[in-house]
Amino acid sequence: MQRIVIIGSGQGGQQAAASLRQEGFSGEILMLGEEPGLPYQRPPLSKAYMANGDAGALLLKPAAFYERSAIMLRDGVRVTAIDRAARAVLTGDGARHAYDHLILATGARNARPPIPGLDAPGVVGLRSLADAERIRRRLAATRQAVVVGGGFIGLEFAAMARAAGVGVTVVEATPRLMARAVSPEMAAHFLDLHRAMGTELLLGVQAAGVLTGAAGHAAGVALADGREVAGDLVLMATGVRPNAELAEAAGLACANGILVDATLATADPAISALGDVAAFPGPLGAPLRLESVQAAVDHARHVARRLVHGDGRPYAAVPWFWSDQGKAKLQIAGLLSGADHSLALPQPDAAPVVLLFRQGRLAAVETVNAPGIHMAARRLIGAPQDSLRAHGYDLRAAVKAVSAA
Amino acid sequence: MKITFVAADGTRTQVQAREGDSVMHTAVQNDVDGIIGECGGSMMCATCHCYVDDGWTEAVGGQEEGESDLLDCAASEVRPTSRLSCQIRMRAELDGIVIHLPESQL
Repeated sequence: MQRIVIIGSGQGGQQAAASLRQEGFSGEILMLGEEPGLPYQRPPLSKAYMANGDAGALLLKPAAFYERSAIMLRDGVRVTAIDRAARAVLTGDGARHAYDHLILATGARNARPPIPGLDAPGVVGLRSLADAERIRRRLAATRQAVVVGGGFIGLEFAAMARAAGVGVTVVEATPRLMARAVSPEMAAHFLDLHRAMGTELLLGVQAAGVLTGAAGHAAGVALADGREVAGDLVLMATGVRPNAELAEAAGLACANGILVDATLATADPAISALGDVAAFPGPLGAPLRLESVQAAVDHARHVARRLVHGDGRPYAAVPWFWSDQGKAKLQIAGLLSGADHSLALPQPDAAPVVLLFRQGRLAAVETVNAPGIHMAARRLIGAPQDSLRAHGYDLRAAVKAVSAA
Repeated sequence: MKITFVAADGTRTQVQAREGDSVMHTAVQNDVDGIIGECGGSMMCATCHCYVDDGWTEAVGGQEEGESDLLDCAASEVRPTSRLSCQIRMRAELDGIVIHLPESQL
């Protein structure tokens, strides 16, 4: 294998390039990124970056890394097609790049719900550094913000905006916050937390459209129940869609992402997919698509080991997630999907620790500001409930017992 | 201010640091091998494990809450001088600090 092309310069694409070199790949590596500039971290965009505006601090690696690692990065380049028969990708500038192996790390983009007014000035999304810069510029002059979507991004922004003295209303279509990501117990805890920050939270109601003011600027959000929420900044935070169109156009199987096997290969042996765009076999058998730094990084390492060493082991890393909302660091180990039983352990003067079980085994653990319990949980996913009960559900004690055994 | 990183093979690299930046961040931004910082300093991993040089442990101070649990997951041996470098913020008293890097972070 002489030449590996990576489409996507997000954290997954960057890690794939870095891991290929770490594993000893000596051929050419070409990374094609649609966004301008060097690969950067997205998680701080809704957290530290909003507070400090330091874009340089977001870089995953300095320019010198790509030079010394002989990783060719073409930024600001859009891939228009994959020619699988000829093993080449075509870019918007008319160039054609041949590959021996192609890694699709195209990530995801913000979903746009089908409601009117999303093009009005003052309506923003938060996915890229350019988005975050735009929001930071506007925020100084914003008195009242409306956040559509009560997931991680919307709530991280809400906490940050409140800290900056901006009034915030969050509109969430489902009856609870972070419905896809956390248990009802943890959602309830965060509802209290955001209310205590002074954020207004409207649950179980859909946004019907963006209201505009005199100059066509966003003035708020109309709700499906007829109410109107005023705000001069509207953040649309209603989830993402995988960027699978290139793969689909090239005839690769896609269903909510690019379908890959347990080694993260597509049906074309010369093409792999990873990170937010990859739908891989999950622990419940169904294709699973994760939107996380963990998946991007662990997928990338897995693909690199397969390509360099022929390591055909199935991907089986424990998923983990985090979200910083104000002073609360929410950490999740494992997957909530399919959980049939939960146990909320109250903590003195703190958020509960929530354990979720599936068929008598630990499936996921949610903690707030308890990194030690989170780290223990990551090593205990899959453990029988009985073995944890024996330690009074003290996960740190349980993990020590496991390591000692 | 300056930080000297000493790799497991003894190679020394001196870099400039900014006050307020973490040792992890300084290493990553200066392309120092041996510090990964996968989670970006969110206390979600232990891939920025380092050993504070014996002459600097007092100035650096003790571990943050939860740090020892994360260090339990570190790939290399944990010693009394072990720290997560994302939790060490540069300040005037740490100018010139010497940080030893572990064999491996993964």
